[in-house]
Amino acid sequence: MISITVNGRAVEAEEGESILQAVRRAGISIPTLCYIDGLPPTGACRMCVVELEGDGRLVPSCSFPVAPGMKILTHSPSAISARKTIVELLLANHPDDCLYCARNGSCELQGYALELGVRQRRYSGSRNDWKMDQSSPAIVRDPDKCILCGKCVRVCEEIQGVACIDFIGRGSKAHIGTAFDEGLNVSSCINCGQCIKVCPTGALTEKSSIQKVMDALNDPTKTVVVQHAPSISVTIAEEFGMKPGIDAADVMTAALRRMGFDRVFDTSFSADLTIMEEASELVQRITKGGKLPMMTSCSPGWIKFVEQFYPQLLGNLSTCKSPQQMLGAVIKHYWAQREGIDPRNVFSVSIMPCTAKKFEAGRPEMLHDGIPDIDAVLTTRELAQVIKTFGLDLASMSGEPADTPFGDRSSAGKLFGASGGVMEAAVRTAHYLITGKELDLPRINAIRGLDGIKEASVNVAGTEVKVAVVSGLGNARKLLDQIVAGRNDLHFIEIMTCPGGCISGGGQPVHTDPEVLKARMQALYNIDKDATMRTSHSNPSIQRIYKEFLGEPGGHLSHELLHTHYAERDVLR
Amino acid sequence: MRQDLTQTIDRIMSAYPGAGRDALIPILQDTQEDIGYLPREAVVLIGDKLHLPVSKIFGVATFYNQFRFEPKGRFHIQVCRGTACHVKGSLKVLERIKRELGIESGRTTRDGLFSLEIVACIGACALAPVMSINGEVHGRLTTDDVVRLIKDCRKAAETGEAR
Ligand code: SF4
Ligand code: SF4
Ligand code: SF4
Ligand code: FES
Ligand code: FES
Repeated sequence: MISITVNGRAVEAEEGESILQAVRRAGISIPTLCYIDGLPPTGACRMCVVELEGDGRLVPSCSFPVAPGMKILTHSPSAISARKTIVELLLANHPDDCLYCARNGSCELQGYALELGVRQRRYSGSRNDWKMDQSSPAIVRDPDKCILCGKCVRVCEEIQGVACIDFIGRGSKAHIGTAFDEGLNVSSCINCGQCIKVCPTGALTEKSSIQKVMDALNDPTKTVVVQHAPSISVTIAEEFGMKPGIDAADVMTAALRRMGFDRVFDTSFSADLTIMEEASELVQRITKGGKLPMMTSCSPGWIKFVEQFYPQLLGNLSTCKSPQQMLGAVIKHYWAQREGIDPRNVFSVSIMPCTAKKFEAGRPEMLHDGIPDIDAVLTTRELAQVIKTFGLDLASMSGEPADTPFGDRSSAGKLFGASGGVMEAAVRTAHYLITGKELDLPRINAIRGLDGIKEASVNVAGTEVKVAVVSGLGNARKLLDQIVAGRNDLHFIEIMTCPGGCISGGGQPVHTDPEVLKARMQALYNIDKDATMRTSHSNPSIQRIYKEFLGEPGGHLSHELLHTHYAERDVLR
Repeated sequence: MRQDLTQTIDRIMSAYPGAGRDALIPILQDTQEDIGYLPREAVVLIGDKLHLPVSKIFGVATFYNQFRFEPKGRFHIQVCRGTACHVKGSLKVLERIKRELGIESGRTTRDGLFSLEIVACIGACALAPVMSINGEVHGRLTTDDVVRLIKDCRKAAETGEAR
């Protein structure tokens, strides 16, 4: 520990860390535009400058290391004026579309312009004039609003191991683009949306499905049903100014009813269903000698990643569809029938933490008799937007329970929202399937938390089952390369596209630091801790759907509706 | 074509055993020298072999003016943007050519007639501003000259006159 002085106050700092890290810990905020928590700084934007007391030098705090006795002014007149100039220069060729922009109100550039008191266009440059890229079913790129901070490029390459975008051209022609400046849809983009979450502006947004959903809600011939993914209830409240880590499942359900949805279901129910199918598949593969390690298949970014980069491992993927698609399929092909509704008149909406779910819903594999399992996907951010459009305030509503039969869930299903959750849920049920008994300690600490690669060994009825849990596909690459090189001790691997799992999905509220993620994760663990129904197989609605409709896990109907296969995909890698 | 291309790239890359990221630019240069431009398939092949994402290669290649991704046009126009030419108004010349042809530098017109490239000083500073068409240097250019020269090329192409 060394001591530095910040704005006249003593602050403890760790040797080797940056000024920014030390200052932030002391509760002082410094604006940044290109810095990403956890990655080495690039020093590209210089928004984070602070003044070194004495010589008056301005240094970028994100990359400048602390030194003993250092004296810093974070908000000296020259630091403030430098930051203001940076914002003014960035605005020189900016389209000034705030009123029409998806990030109006959550844009960092806009926020800094406000904070720093920018009141006029001081530098005039020619406005950017790039083509928008609307080719992707999930991500919209509007390079006019890009300030070239480079964060999307870094996240895509360094966190997700995809690298489908980069700086293209130079000087006034520099922009972010794909190989050959083509659409994202023909690139290796996996639609994860992590780039959206780090983008300080409206240059990256999700492809909105709000209008489609509104139209369906206003169509009297449609029965509109909605499901919400396990992680949504623990993040949506943030969009209404509440602190992270609040479970708002019941008020969200109430809000969805007020908006006109005819049924409100819970994707955690079909997470339970996924576990029944997936745990049976795992037991089958282990006892009958199927392809191992089996890898989870609920994260659509990950699926596309395998199709493009590791086609030799396609056989290792579980054949289970994701919970979103499973619930979509049983809504249209079981529930609709039971209710006497033509499935073609059911409009099925899912609320997802994920932009890749939009891509998944449109995959040709997800049609049955020409009927799509899911008709529209909204992200958490889009849901918040619609709730606001309807003039509803989550903070002041009272809660309501979800609808039967797909509102019942175990807390195991709810755990799907955090990295490691599918594994925990699957192990609980696999143990029961093999032994007929419940696991003594239904909580596996080694696979909880935010680490990118977690491994554990679980004793299931005398057999050591070796499992790994990975989130962030850059981490997945590391493990997959070991497997391709011959590592063969693992039985089951859970892979989530987004670092930390769905709680940090590309459709979640932006502005997320690790503390926010921890709070979201803890909220899910608390739900599990307090729950009475903690295993998927003990969910009575799950037992009923097998008795009434599906038969056996992995049976004929399951295979028709709940399982699928993927194939190699040729893209610009 | 694909087969030929694979062989060409293999041959070019055999000069760089164990090549990594740092060999990218010379490899791209050799490829362009050999083929005349960087065909998409060639870029993909080079990426495969160097274990570099195609977006990265495209990013690096577009950083430099020298690389093109389309075959040269029948008339390849090189506009000098060196210091002397800049002082004498080469930017205006360039803008006029772009407008006349409807393409940016590095591109080829749809009809395959013209391609445009920006180059650094070509050693004819006394004649600034300067451009060359298929290697033939034209100096002391005005925007009117540019329009006339382009018209001449179009006419030559129509009458089938070889240049
Ligand atoms: S990106 Fe930000 S500053 Fe730009 S138009 Fe959108 S809200 Fe306004
Ligand atoms: S969505 Fe994911 S894969 Fe696609 S560009 Fe963004 S970070 Fe890269
Ligand atoms: S798109 Fe967004 S994240 Fe990417 S460089 Fe531009 S401003 Fe930064
Ligand atoms: S945040 Fe420090 S230079 Fe951009
Ligand atoms: S600067 Fe143009 S020829 Fe020398």
